[in-house]
Amino acid sequence: MAGVDLYQGSAGQHRPLSPHLQIYRPLFTMMMSIAHRITGAALYGGTLLLVWYLVAAASGPSAFATAAWFLHSLIGQLILLGFTWALFHHLLGGVRHMIWDAGYGFAHPVREWLAQATLIGGLLLTAIVWGLAYFIL
Amino acid sequence: MTKSASTRFAENRLRSRTAAKAATSEAWYMRVTSIALIPLSIGFVWLILCLIGKDYAAARALLGQPIPAILMLLFLLAGIVHMKIGMQSIIEDYVHTGHLKEGALIGNLFFSILVGVACAYAVLKLSFT
Repeated sequence: MAGVDLYQGSAGQHRPLSPHLQIYRPLFTMMMSIAHRITGAALYGGTLLLVWYLVAAASGPSAFATAAWFLHSLIGQLILLGFTWALFHHLLGGVRHMIWDAGYGFAHPVREWLAQATLIGGLLLTAIVWGLAYFIL
Repeated sequence: MTKSASTRFAENRLRSRTAAKAATSEAWYMRVTSIALIPLSIGFVWLILCLIGKDYAAARALLGQPIPAILMLLFLLAGIVHMKIGMQSIIEDYVHTGHLKEGALIGNLFFSILVGVACAYAVLKLSFT
């Protein structure tokens, strides 16, 4: 198969593709599906922040001070806030996928409720964690 | 509750792909790691909350304790496998040009291993020095 592009065909002619996102009217559940993927990709990139923090802690006081300074800066705090939300949103989205894997939650009202619960739950858990971080601990 | 037609279709399709062992095991590992990551992520967030405001010595001491270190290593193991498979499916969905796709898949593997090894090394160094 080397050199043959399956999507173009060997002669380069365009083959029909199944309709993609821009064909459909945006739906809430569809947006939540996209958000699940985007938060997953954001968490993927966000692991670099964890690498930085842990390697700095293992390296020495000055490296740790630089990482801590960045994390306490406005940009650092905004990234951490986004990371927290992405983590909880993706976590609850994952639970939704488990419910679907078990064979439940596909019917019309239930799937809307699950999507709403994911959105609200993710925001709520983020607020709780940041509330703990700022006001209690 | 009976399973919907679409679920039965998806299950049959997954079973019928047992010849394609890689795809089946990736779908399986995605699910297994997501189950593991529910408690591990909560533990991770709790650990980060405990690290807030800690200076260098205190942060090192906490991260080097057995339970936080074991939690971090488990979170890393499940998280790295999960994110590698997740990014791979994104690449397979959107990148269709031969070498670009191969490069993206290899880059994904390298990035995931790099993140895992760097974090694990740091946690182990904090634990044993």
